[in-house]
Amino acid sequence: MAKADFQVPVLKQYPEIPEIEPGVMAHSSPFKSKPQFQADLGFPGELVDDWQTKAIDKMGDLLGRYRSLRVYLDSCVKCGSCTDKCHYYLGTHDPKNMPVGRQDLLRKVYRRHFTIAGRLFPKLVGAEDLTEEVLGDWYSYFHQCSQCRRCSVFCPYGIDTAEISMAAREIMDHIGVGQKYCNEIIAKVYKIGNNLGLPGPALVDTLEGLEEDVFDDTGVEVKYPVDKEGADILLVTPSADFFAEPHVDGLIGYGKVFHEAGVSWTLSSHASEAANFGMFIGSYENMRRVALRIREAAIKLKVKRIVFGECGHAWRVAYSFLNTLAGPWDFLDPRYPVPQHICEFTYALIQEGKLNLDKSRNDDMVLTYHDSCNVARASRMGDRPGGQFDIPRAIIRATCNNFYDMDEETIRDRTFCCGGGGGLLTDDLMEIRVKGAQPRVEALNNVMQEKGVTHMAAICAICKSQFTKVLPYYGMDLDQIVSVHQLVSNALVLTGEETDDEDEVADEAA
Amino acid sequence: MSFLSDVYAGLFYFAAFVLVAGLANKIIQYARTPAPLKIPTTPAPTTKLGVTLRMTREVVFFESLFRGSKWTWIFGWMFHFGLFLVTLRHLRYFLDPVPLLIEMIQPFGIYGGMAMVVGLAGLWARRFLVDRVRYITALSDHLILALLISIGVSGLLMRFVVHTDIMRVKQFFQGLYVGQVQILPADPLLLLHLLLVALLMIIFPYSKLLHAPGLFFSPSRNQVDNPREQRHIAPWAKRLEQD
Repeated sequence: MAKADFQVPVLKQYPEIPEIEPGVMAHSSPFKSKPQFQADLGFPGELVDDWQTKAIDKMGDLLGRYRSLRVYLDSCVKCGSCTDKCHYYLGTHDPKNMPVGRQDLLRKVYRRHFTIAGRLFPKLVGAEDLTEEVLGDWYSYFHQCSQCRRCSVFCPYGIDTAEISMAAREIMDHIGVGQKYCNEIIAKVYKIGNNLGLPGPALVDTLEGLEEDVFDDTGVEVKYPVDKEGADILLVTPSADFFAEPHVDGLIGYGKVFHEAGVSWTLSSHASEAANFGMFIGSYENMRRVALRIREAAIKLKVKRIVFGECGHAWRVAYSFLNTLAGPWDFLDPRYPVPQHICEFTYALIQEGKLNLDKSRNDDMVLTYHDSCNVARASRMGDRPGGQFDIPRAIIRATCNNFYDMDEETIRDRTFCCGGGGGLLTDDLMEIRVKGAQPRVEALNNVMQEKGVTHMAAICAICKSQFTKVLPYYGMDLDQIVSVHQLVSNALVLTGEETDDEDEVADEAA
Repeated sequence: MSFLSDVYAGLFYFAAFVLVAGLANKIIQYARTPAPLKIPTTPAPTTKLGVTLRMTREVVFFESLFRGSKWTWIFGWMFHFGLFLVTLRHLRYFLDPVPLLIEMIQPFGIYGGMAMVVGLAGLWARRFLVDRVRYITALSDHLILALLISIGVSGLLMRFVVHTDIMRVKQFFQGLYVGQVQILPADPLLLLHLLLVALLMIIFPYSKLLHAPGLFFSPSRNQVDNPREQRHIAPWAKRLEQD
């Protein structure tokens, strides 16, 4: 079990709604961004003079630009429906981690400065000035939200705390209070092309290594091309796929699927990152700048289609925002949606019977599936609502014999975030990550006890990294989390592959 | 009692103006503020008809609240549906002749009044009994509940205990339509009831009661899930492309 200098939550058989413990997570806040990274993103390097006024001005600017912010700040009636829905509240018991508690940190300042009631009777309506203490709370608690949107499912007005968190982070960035993890990563994308700062030559090396591995394994020459002009498909995938486990097994799977489909494809060293951390910090301008790299790569490589690898928030930006941010995509093949998810691509091939899948190759595992929050509640796959739940499950069922879902209350659009999304996947936030994972790990634990589940599949780089790190705190193994396309990769019998099975059949015949 | 009638006439003109102007102002503000990104909470409908159905389920049945909290849903829905029936019942004081449907609804309006008070009591109890809800409750949340429950109770008392001269009340409001101040019966309970209603009208556009128009403008509920098919771009975002 991993060592923790905080209390790791105890897993229960039945979920419990904890009593509130005010202030217990007030100490949790991430490292602040260095001035140089702030500058790269167009933000002031450190807390500006006159920051209160500038913050209120920025809030006014955002209120005029985002209907969501305006409507959500006005509409909450404090009904309490969301109060027991956030995994961070359930895991920490801090009432400022209840969605409404978190929103109120911004709402009380909004009321003070932008509503008549708050100007005239601040005490009555819970309005407050933006003090240093309030700013401290903002920095702390708006970095304890993974923007997973679970609260918005249960709110009678659809109030989405993610929108509030994004606005708060945007305001803080504009007065020079940025978060190190997100802003440093965005700066890396601008300089190098991906979150991990992996330069082009290293990428080529890595992919050649993968080609050798797959050849050794199967005897088939599966290619993992980079910057190949004129390829049909541009694959944009999270950079963790290039070397982290179990991500890379997923990437191997995408390549095998493309190989079997007989399509030409390529990665791009310019757009070697699917994730778009511009969303986490609520910055439309930065999100757009990151997204435009994909457009530039698509034009330069003269591709006809764009396919995204397994990544949750990336798929939200890709599916929901890419057309807005970097479209129109009229130069691509109009027969395919832009962009497509790799699961949509693989699922179509399975439907057409073009993949030879041997399920028994995954018989060493009993699977469950974790719906990644942003795929589940902020995007779609296929042409029907809910395809984002059904298509990955259909792929798992086509590639594995043993599959069980977790408790209904914790999957599909009620899924719990892994605890590491929204810009929280950093070691300086380990406590909130571990505690926030509790509801998901609890459901996983139950299905392990009841159904003998051994592994959990996911389609998000953050989920995979988060669980790899966090499961050991709960006494589980880090390798219990797998990529969906890792399952595909295992089960897929490549054309011309030398298989042990054939030898066995031959043996039996003899 | 013509002085009191004058005061109440002025109060209701003022309250009606604040309600209409305040709400119109807010609705225009919501409508004019762009929603730059597609953010429906998915799975979401892929057609406008689907969105209309989703919104109808939210408005009529409080679908999301039902999924979120059964107790809040029961009390909340009782209150709102009760209030709806009560409002229909009250139309007979404001319309002449009274439409048949409004005549038929009269007895249900009374049940509505009872449901409304019970629902409000349940919602208020939650603010004391559930620690999470107690934590998020501000003084104004209590006051709005007190206001609504007082309106309901004073109304029911007039129906069952201390009757007022309802025909003269109707004449008073009919008079306001044409700028004449008729004499309002000087029953304390009636005056209290009307005062509280006027107060409710005045605070409506400046309080959390804005959730009523807000729901219709909520992007997570009113957007069609079609971002790949149709490019969605706000005017201020479009300007970024020209730089």
